Amino acid sequence: MSTRLSKGGRLIDRSAPQEFSFNGKAMRGLQGDSLASALLANDQMLLGRSFKYHRPRGLVAAGPEEPNAIVGLGRDGRFEPNQRVTTTELFDGLEAASQNHWPSLEFDVGVINNTLARFLPGGFYYKTFMWPRAAWKHLFEPIIRRSAGLGKAPTARDADRYEYTYSFCDVLILGGGIAGLQAALVAGASGARVMLLEQAAHWGGRAPVDGDVIEGGPADVWINNAVQTLAGLENVTMKLRTMGAGVYDHGYVLAEEKVADTTPGDGRPKKRLWRIRAKQIVTATGAIERPLSFAGNDIPGVMLAGSLREFVVNYAVSAGDRTVVVTNNDDAYRTAIALVQAGLSVPCIVDARASVTGDLPAKARAMGIRVEAGRAIAKVKGGKRVTGVSLCAQAGQGAVLEEISCDAVAMSGGWSPVVHLWSHCGGKLVWDKTHAHFRPDATRPPTGADGLAMVVPVGNANGMMTAADALVCGAKGGAAAAEAAGFKAEAVAAVADAAPEADMEAVWIMPQGAGPALKAKMWLDYQNDVKVSDVQLAAREGYTSVEHTKRYTTLGMATDQGKLSNINGLAVLADALHEEIPQVGTTTFRPPYAPVTLGALAGESRGDIFQPLRKTPMHAWHEANHAYFEPVGLWRRPYTFPRAGENHEQAVHREVINTRTNLGLLDASTLGKIIVKGPDAGKFLDMLYTGVMSTLPVGKCRYGLMCSEQGFLSDDGVVARIDEDTWLCHTTSGGADRIHAWMEDWLQCEWWDWQVYTANVTEQLAQVAVVGPNARKVLEKLGGMDVSKEALPFMQWADGTLGGFPARVYRISFSGELSYEVAVPASVGLAFWEALHAAGAEFGAMVYGTEALHIMRAEKGFIMIGDETDGTIIPQDLNLGWAISKKKADYLGKRGQERNFLASPDRWKLAGFETLDGSVVQDGAYIPSAGKNANGQGNTQGRVTSTYYSPTLKKGIAMGLIKGGLDRIGDVVEFTTITGGVVKAKVVDPVFYDKDGEKNNV
Amino acid sequence: MSDRISTHIVSPLAHASFDGFAKVSEIGPVGMIGLRAKADVPGLAAAIKAAVGTAAPSQRQIEIAGDRAAGWMSPDEYLLILPYGETDAALTAIADALQGQHHLAVAISDARAVFRVEGAKADQVLAKLSPVDFATLGPKELRRTRAAQVAAAFWKDGDGFTVVCFRSVAGYVMGLLSHSAMKGSEIS
Amino acid sequence: MLILECPYCGVKAEETELTPGYEAHLKRFGPGSSDTEFEDYMFARKNPKGVHFERWRHVYGCGKWFLAARDTNTLEVFGTYPAQSSAPPADLQDKIKAKRPDWKGYK
Repeated sequence: MSTRLSKGGRLIDRSAPQEFSFNGKAMRGLQGDSLASALLANDQMLLGRSFKYHRPRGLVAAGPEEPNAIVGLGRDGRFEPNQRVTTTELFDGLEAASQNHWPSLEFDVGVINNTLARFLPGGFYYKTFMWPRAAWKHLFEPIIRRSAGLGKAPTARDADRYEYTYSFCDVLILGGGIAGLQAALVAGASGARVMLLEQAAHWGGRAPVDGDVIEGGPADVWINNAVQTLAGLENVTMKLRTMGAGVYDHGYVLAEEKVADTTPGDGRPKKRLWRIRAKQIVTATGAIERPLSFAGNDIPGVMLAGSLREFVVNYAVSAGDRTVVVTNNDDAYRTAIALVQAGLSVPCIVDARASVTGDLPAKARAMGIRVEAGRAIAKVKGGKRVTGVSLCAQAGQGAVLEEISCDAVAMSGGWSPVVHLWSHCGGKLVWDKTHAHFRPDATRPPTGADGLAMVVPVGNANGMMTAADALVCGAKGGAAAAEAAGFKAEAVAAVADAAPEADMEAVWIMPQGAGPALKAKMWLDYQNDVKVSDVQLAAREGYTSVEHTKRYTTLGMATDQGKLSNINGLAVLADALHEEIPQVGTTTFRPPYAPVTLGALAGESRGDIFQPLRKTPMHAWHEANHAYFEPVGLWRRPYTFPRAGENHEQAVHREVINTRTNLGLLDASTLGKIIVKGPDAGKFLDMLYTGVMSTLPVGKCRYGLMCSEQGFLSDDGVVARIDEDTWLCHTTSGGADRIHAWMEDWLQCEWWDWQVYTANVTEQLAQVAVVGPNARKVLEKLGGMDVSKEALPFMQWADGTLGGFPARVYRISFSGELSYEVAVPASVGLAFWEALHAAGAEFGAMVYGTEALHIMRAEKGFIMIGDETDGTIIPQDLNLGWAISKKKADYLGKRGQERNFLASPDRWKLAGFETLDGSVVQDGAYIPSAGKNANGQGNTQGRVTSTYYSPTLKKGIAMGLIKGGLDRIGDVVEFTTITGGVVKAKVVDPVFYDKDGEKNNV
Repeated sequence: MSDRISTHIVSPLAHASFDGFAKVSEIGPVGMIGLRAKADVPGLAAAIKAAVGTAAPSQRQIEIAGDRAAGWMSPDEYLLILPYGETDAALTAIADALQGQHHLAVAISDARAVFRVEGAKADQVLAKLSPVDFATLGPKELRRTRAAQVAAAFWKDGDGFTVVCFRSVAGYVMGLLSHSAMKGSEIS
Repeated sequence: MLILECPYCGVKAEETELTPGYEAHLKRFGPGSSDTEFEDYMFARKNPKGVHFERWRHVYGCGKWFLAARDTNTLEVFGTYPAQSSAPPADLQDKIKAKRPDWKGYK
């Protein structure tokens, strides 16, 4: 059984017990424990079920590479699925639950997949579900949906908050083991701005676990001194619990800091995403131990040797009482020695190497530990827990020589440098035969904005596998990075006692001649249940590329992203393909290094500040008056103002009728307003608009159209001539920023010698449309300026005051009614709006929203950008030729409109439609025509663009595009309906209301 | 501007404030003029002097004199800051000084919202929102950038920063600053 | 995520403060141009693996458009310069030639 040892544990505080629960069972751990060590201390080895076969699974590792021990943490608003227990710090009150099983961890019916394993080979997704077709819907899909995915998505709203922070430095060091600390000491001494990030809750990495001796003393002493020295340097920032997740272009690095994981609800952000720009990046990310592939290597109790040692040294927990060590290298002997020193039993070290001669084996032998050279594990015995191993010759096919009872197995297949962060942005790898691993190729680094190397790998992460080499490498790397960032550095390294290790021997399958039965029990990817036999099958079936094999077998595609399995898997693939490992190559390393919480990536962007909602000065009034809002770009505009007992449609109709009979008030502040001024402003606007703006007299307004260079209609609005060299251009509500940018683009990049300045003053002004037969009366009541027909005729503007408010009044109309648009400074917008309502009460003043606006403009046959246009429509399509100058030699879009397909008489053109039965044509309806096109689809001759019930005319009205346009007036056509039917409609003039403009001419 | 109207003038958030590890407050209304003119236009220095009493700022600088300032926004754009009620007079002064020269001066007081972020760690509030290296931000530097998803500009002034954004997103920016300033979330 | 130095305000802006504007040094063809000329102006864009000249706007900064010479493969930035340039500055072209001897020129 696994248990807490009575002595030792460098990271735990035995005086500070912590209560927690696993699957509802109360457990006790210690301050300093990881959840993994606390669970082991409570003899909880079984922690989950595998993805495909639902095999019982326990801890394999002690760090972020852990593939099995993945749990749900917390509850309700703080529930987090798929959290690795090895990277979770224990805290008092922690709640954890295992996942991927039903009904319970101990008794899981999904394990039936295990007995069906031979029917679920590699690539089974692609084979099984092809046939029979009917089975997909009723059999396969329900099963897959039920079993797909690990853990459960939280259903409650996340109770925590998150944030970003932007940070800048000269040298960013990722990893706070001894190599990273050494690099930080050197870079810090150079005066460079240094950031040092460590994913764990403590500094120093593996060195203390390995018993390294630095500067003549225990590693811990040197680490503490280094940390203190660095903490005293003002130019060095140090962060624990902060994982470098990804390295991107131009020295950009994302890191995730755990701020309040162990103190839920304390008000701090749970996580903080660091968005760092570094001149140079040092990757001191260590190495990850590889499993060995032997039958039954996934049974709970089989663990990585270094991890098992880490649990003993750091947390004083043992995985078992009797541990068999199996290895192909000297490092695993440290585990055997540590276990025996802790008073535990190691019945045997099984070493695949034929000859075992190193110092560490000698030390183990001297301690009386039995060492079997040239041996392998034929099979691990046990179900939910290891009960023993059978040994065989590594050179053979698995004939059992001996059985040894044990309750844990410590395995080591060698160590792979963590090259992820080196590789993210293009760093290449080289195969190191001595250590049988890939390490960074210093001649092919990731490069930055200057074309030079931006990442320096050090320590284990650079393939420097001893403490002595790692320190030297760390010092050199720290100095190189500081110098590349423009500082003078000295690569002085601490000296570690060199403990020579004999060469390891690459062992990819154990025993090397294992037959199919054994290979089908050798796990490569624990989380996704990919075995040696699956990869070999993929190779036989022609998947010779490592990238294809990955996807076919799902090797390395689980949440651990193959940290343990990839190298072993590609070695098996290389063997099956009779190629060398470097020729097969690795799959691509992509960020993040380990999963990053989605909340951290979202940062502050949630709730009220999910996105910037734009509000007019009258927004609060709209809210208080029960506006129903609709988005217009990032603006929120009132769609309608429903009253008690009204639905939206009734409210809109009331607003239309009242505006047409009395007085309507609309918040038009969102309308874009851009000032264009300068000696060349007229010339510029003549290029921008299809019509002529340079001839517009001061004091007058003119409607204008803007097109893209392709000729397509992009925006419209009324332009006012303010003075000799100043114009004010109104744009659509969503278009102000876009059109302002469009103007600046042409002025800066094409006509930079023209003397024109622009200013977007949209938000400087609150604007109100005062609309309806009583519009003039309310303005006259406010008083201050002459708004009579004579003083302010249609399409003119005037400055003055209204009710004491400084106002610019435009006599323009988008409804056909007598209408004024009044602009006042935004700061008094609300006051002016309220004054209008108060003064207008006796004239039947009533607010209206955007839907009433839309209906009234459609009744008048006015086009709306975004309804009648969709980026493929030219003004000529909309019968707007009158707004296009025939005289101008050029305007933006003119050449585009001359293209033959845009000049074609066959283009669909705007017309009005009225259904024969008075109903409303459905949005998006088409007008079919006879026959089929080349693709066998029914032909069409037109489509609807705007369609409403007109409360004024009490019938459905529509605008649309139809081949022949206004020439078709009088024709009866059919519009499609969503249910497959048709509705008949007559083609009519699109001006449905007040064709002669009498209403406005008062 | 008549007295009747001046009593109606409201800043976008009516002086909302938040006390965190830094103090965030919406101030204003602040008078602002957007002035577009090339740096070598004759009369520019005089125009700025007449409007706000400072020298013309050089690249990315802001010249501050009490409640008046002139900030460099781009090679042909300046932000002039002054008491709200004095913009009309300043616009007249600018028009006089730049008579006959190509320029554009326009009041933008109402188009902006202005915040103060104050306290020893005020920079940390902004560092959570803007991709700006505060260690290299100059003492008189006006930095135009983004705050999360919207355009913003800020500069150091006294015990903190003055932050300017568009009026329509004042509520969003107040939300950003408050969230970032929450007690306990100091970065260091 | 790129960093480009705005030649107008001197800010080393990160990509989130910029808006891309695609290929630089296009010549506008308006009325009177042939279909081929207009097609090239409107649609034909270079897509090199290597040196590329492009437009960027410092949209969250000074609002100015500028031009950048960049390697689309390695993301090395050779330089930035004002949009009011009919051709890349000579010294920038020399620098690119030195770094990329196979480069055929900006046209």
